Amino acid sequence: MKEFLTVSVLTATAASGIRLAIPFLLASLGETMGQRSGVLNLGVEGVMLLGAFGAYYTALQTHSLWLGALVGIGVGLVLGVVTAVVNVTLKAEQGISGIGIYLFGLGFSDLLFQKLVGTPTPINSLPVLKVPVLARLPLLGKMLFQHSILVYVALLLVPVLAFVLNRTTYGTKIKAVGENPAAADSLGVSVTKIRYSTVILGSVLAGLAGAALALELGIFQQNLTQGEGFIAVALVYFGAWRPTGVLAGSLLYGMVAAVVLTWNTLGIIPQSASGLASMAPAVITVVALVFVARRVRQPAALARAYQRGG
Amino acid sequence: MSDRKALRFTRVIVPVVALGLIAAACSSKKDNTTTKTGSGGTTPSAAATPFKIAIVAPSATNDLAFTPSLVDAVTSLKSKSNLDIAVSDNLFVVDDAANAIRNYASQGYDLVIAHGSQFGSSVQQIAPQFPKVAFAWGTAGDTFGLDNVFAYQAASDQGGYVNGVMAAMLTKSNVIGVVGPIEVGDAKLYIDGFKVGAQATNSSAQVKVNYIQSFSDVAKAAEAANSFVQAKADVMTGTAQMVVGAVGVCKTNDIAWFGTQSNQTALAPGVVVASQVYHWEVALSQMIDAIKGGTLGGKSYTIDIANGGEVVEFNPGYSLPSDVKTKADDTIAGIKDGSITTGVSGS
Repeated sequence: MKEFLTVSVLTATAASGIRLAIPFLLASLGETMGQRSGVLNLGVEGVMLLGAFGAYYTALQTHSLWLGALVGIGVGLVLGVVTAVVNVTLKAEQGISGIGIYLFGLGFSDLLFQKLVGTPTPINSLPVLKVPVLARLPLLGKMLFQHSILVYVALLLVPVLAFVLNRTTYGTKIKAVGENPAAADSLGVSVTKIRYSTVILGSVLAGLAGAALALELGIFQQNLTQGEGFIAVALVYFGAWRPTGVLAGSLLYGMVAAVVLTWNTLGIIPQSASGLASMAPAVITVVALVFVARRVRQPAALARAYQRGG
Repeated sequence: MSDRKALRFTRVIVPVVALGLIAAACSSKKDNTTTKTGSGGTTPSAAATPFKIAIVAPSATNDLAFTPSLVDAVTSLKSKSNLDIAVSDNLFVVDDAANAIRNYASQGYDLVIAHGSQFGSSVQQIAPQFPKVAFAWGTAGDTFGLDNVFAYQAASDQGGYVNGVMAAMLTKSNVIGVVGPIEVGDAKLYIDGFKVGAQATNSSAQVKVNYIQSFSDVAKAAEAANSFVQAKADVMTGTAQMVVGAVGVCKTNDIAWFGTQSNQTALAPGVVVASQVYHWEVALSQMIDAIKGGTLGGKSYTIDIANGGEVVEFNPGYSLPSDVKTKADDTIAGIKDGSITTGVSGS
């Protein structure tokens, strides 16, 4: 344990926790926006997978990580439109349609990978961007200011989306539609347009989350996301549908996972217990979720399609 | 929900879910029907009838690890035999794999290979129901006393030992990192052999092992490798399909990597030193000959360095010091002639 409680190990572990948290954070921020407007999207995992493959394949072919990230966003955009059409216009049962998107993303990403790539082929991974001056700060420098650009983008999105939700007319409309779409409609708010915009935004961020994962790792493999999309949906509940809450949940999950990995490396956790220890991130998050769930209320119109006059 | 809504719902949801299921099915199961009869005579003869092999595997056929090592082996036998090969991969869920095993057996396949130690109980239950079908189960040594079950395994500790010897000679920091999946089966054998080889060569070297409790979590494997970088490891190894994440970290940090199961040079040509490559065809060809001769099971096969089932393939693009190469070659020769034993699996 003494070896763990050193500055270098602690900062490296924290940095690792942040890296692990970022895909969850991006996906759950997007899902938060959608759910605040009353739309549940369980297809986040599928979008992440297709976004990851799109980004990876583009980077593989063009050697451009930026283009890869853009393609990941584009994949999210397309799937967001599909999701919005199915859930908002056609008023499908949101839970089931989301599972359909997930299965499609899982299967199609694997099919494309098998047909277009074949075996895992590495690409360059996102370079570390050291923030001038701040990267040299003791402790915080390595922990917070020596990451790839997408880490900074994800962290910056938290205050931006919090501002949008809480300080803008658009945010007020989102919340109104999520709580009482009929009332919002009667006041001239277009429920359809608001839900379309949030679902597409959510899907864009899910696509970016997948892209971030693939570009950070520098590789793609079947089922790369390993269920992170579903964890991201759970983190929305954990975060009480607030961007700052979602950030806290994502960091909790990432940090616990990073601590377990570091303790395994240092031999602090005996190998006989490493199986149990690997469950820690999920267990701690679920326990925290139980406490949070008792205090917060979900958007009243969540997962309910809106029909004027219905 | 009104009737009109229900109809709209059905028209939308069913295609979406169907599309998803089709895409998932297309990717996870594929049939590689292969060579047909030779000269196209009208009366099929015994020689022209393809020998039908089905493979049921827990992971992808293209992940440069466990499953492709077997699929490549079976495919390589096509040049010698008229084979019809079917593969069902990504069947990590045992019930799904059991269904596939049963289906292939009922379709009249000559040999159904259950490539995963978790499939043992399924083979044990299903094989007696199809006494005319040969089953092969790996990696394992138990045939359950059944006349139509073969077992096969790899003495992966041997290649692990050789890799460990080289790793111990290459490390300057005396810290070696090992990224493992779950401490079981082939993975444990390889890692145990690696540790023994490293410590026998350099008693000062610390071999740190991190079992991340997943065969497929690439991100976790990458972070485990990062934790080894933090611990000053300058040589690493690992096993299972998630190691592509760890190899990427090694590539970024210019840390030497030793692979197993398949040749992993392509993942990072600048840092992969060598890979223990499985040649399952050494065991499979014997099984096929036995089946053709009327013996459907009851025997266990082990591939190892001596019988050519395990080969340490060096990366010609890595500048391996000559003394390390010589020591590796001597170790391989010693394992072949029995003068060196790992003490791990009784080899």
